[in-house]
Amino acid sequence: MLITDAEIIQQDEILPGYYRVTLSAFLAAIAAKPGQFLHVRCGSTLDPLLRRPLSIHAVNRERGEISLFYRIVGRGTALLAGKRKGEKVNLLGPLGSGFTMPVGVSAAVVVAGGIGIAPLYFLLQELSALKTCADVFLGASTSKQLFFTQEIEALGHRIFSATDDGSVGYHGTVVDLFEQNPAGRVYGCGPAGMLKRLSQVIKQNELCGELSLEERMGCGVGACLSCVCKTVNEGNGARYSRVCVDGPVFPAGEVVWE
Amino acid sequence: MTAPSKVTAENKSINLVVNIGGIQMKNPVTTASGTFGYGSEYAPYIDLNRLGAIVVKGITLQPRAGNPTPRLAETPAGVLNSIGLQNPGVEVFIEELLPRLAGYDLPVIVNIAGETVQDYGRLAARLDRAPGVAGVEVNISCPNVKQGWMLFGSDPDMAGEVTGIVKANTGKPVIVKLSPNVTSIVAVAEKVAAAGADALSMINTLLGMSIDVKKRRPVLGNVVGGLSGPAVKPVAVRTVWQVYREVKLPIIGMGGIMTAEDALEFILAGAAAVAVGTANFVNPRATMDVLDGIEKYMTEHGIQNISELVGAAQN
Repeated sequence: MLITDAEIIQQDEILPGYYRVTLSAFLAAIAAKPGQFLHVRCGSTLDPLLRRPLSIHAVNRERGEISLFYRIVGRGTALLAGKRKGEKVNLLGPLGSGFTMPVGVSAAVVVAGGIGIAPLYFLLQELSALKTCADVFLGASTSKQLFFTQEIEALGHRIFSATDDGSVGYHGTVVDLFEQNPAGRVYGCGPAGMLKRLSQVIKQNELCGELSLEERMGCGVGACLSCVCKTVNEGNGARYSRVCVDGPVFPAGEVVWE
Repeated sequence: MTAPSKVTAENKSINLVVNIGGIQMKNPVTTASGTFGYGSEYAPYIDLNRLGAIVVKGITLQPRAGNPTPRLAETPAGVLNSIGLQNPGVEVFIEELLPRLAGYDLPVIVNIAGETVQDYGRLAARLDRAPGVAGVEVNISCPNVKQGWMLFGSDPDMAGEVTGIVKANTGKPVIVKLSPNVTSIVAVAEKVAAAGADALSMINTLLGMSIDVKKRRPVLGNVVGGLSGPAVKPVAVRTVWQVYREVKLPIIGMGGIMTAEDALEFILAGAAAVAVGTANFVNPRATMDVLDGIEKYMTEHGIQNISELVGAAQN
């Protein structure tokens, strides 16, 4: 858990509105686990004020580099996208819980919706380093938004694609595609509606899974109680858990969906 | 963000000690309730022992689940929040959270919130018996459930009544946290002082709201929330200035303090201590940066005792 000014090594526009920034942050790169995030100060003035939580997308420990894959959704991410090589951004992190790496024979299955591939790509990097091949279900509205397919295949994983418009792969949602042959230890990230459906499929098929959640965040360290989600409270309905420190990765069965 | 300066921290020729209604603080920098959790959240980032005091997140008699999400909305140079006083209740606080601060050398001030006047009395009595509590801060920006949901803090008489019952139930220093959402904050401060308050915290958040124009709905799950951050600082400084002139109680000033310069504005207006709030979200070391900056300012300007600065802009 560090606070550091990190230099931008590279900033790529992957698709209009979608960016991948690579930062020089040696200690954070060493410490980072798949599923964790960095709390990024996108500007340097009082407006916008808060940091932005961005999933760690890829790590190169030898070079001490961390990449973040993000979409412009507001002023903070727009400011970040405007930053160029050589500029610095202040980072807090790595923060949050990571994914639990699979043990034994259970095959790893990744289910990503759109930008949801962001934290899962780092997981795929780590699985590849452990010589574990995963089945990767990628979903998007259209083929262009199926991100990093070549890189994922180069890591030795197998991709199954689904698009809403049928431009590539299965014509439908990624969860529908996964449901045709549900098996393995599931790692999911994507829009809330998709994760809700995915958690139902995981439950119905008695699988184990972990989901990475997103919520508006304040402090990032568990103090302000802004970024909560409803989770199962043993014996007593639901309670609010903090996405920043109790998550952002939760066991699929723990999240209570509205 | 710069590392804390060890040179100024060790500078013994500067006297930073302040006394807030009987609570001795080694320096004037504390934390605003609700922005610093129960302290341990920030222990990885700062040495908690360097804080003048810690004001923990608001505690109620019974556990509270809090409000639905979204609980946070960013606004120009500010933040709207509607957490809804999520907390585990006073018993769990005393048994599980309070002991975590026992190893630190800093006064722990417990913020309390009630739904009825009697709630405040019970909370004060319960905390009076708890070890390691230096004082209570009374959050009067809560709705009075039994009397038409009107906020305790919005009516001078009701604010005085709450203060009185807390005083009657504890021997520890009582700090009352004033709301800016009133016609005359001086009138509230005077009633609270007359009812026996030992100190004032000012200010709580400003009531506000934000609307998502794409969804055509309020951003916050609770519709309205409390505004904090740099956007509220001029309002906060003004209230400290006004109350300092009329009420002879020590004031903990807060509202948008990001830097030592911000903190000094409050002190010069009349605050004896300052609390750092929303800045913790942006910079987990904000309290230390503020403290170091105050020391630096005093060194540079030949100020030996922080008390020389309190209210100095009024002269």
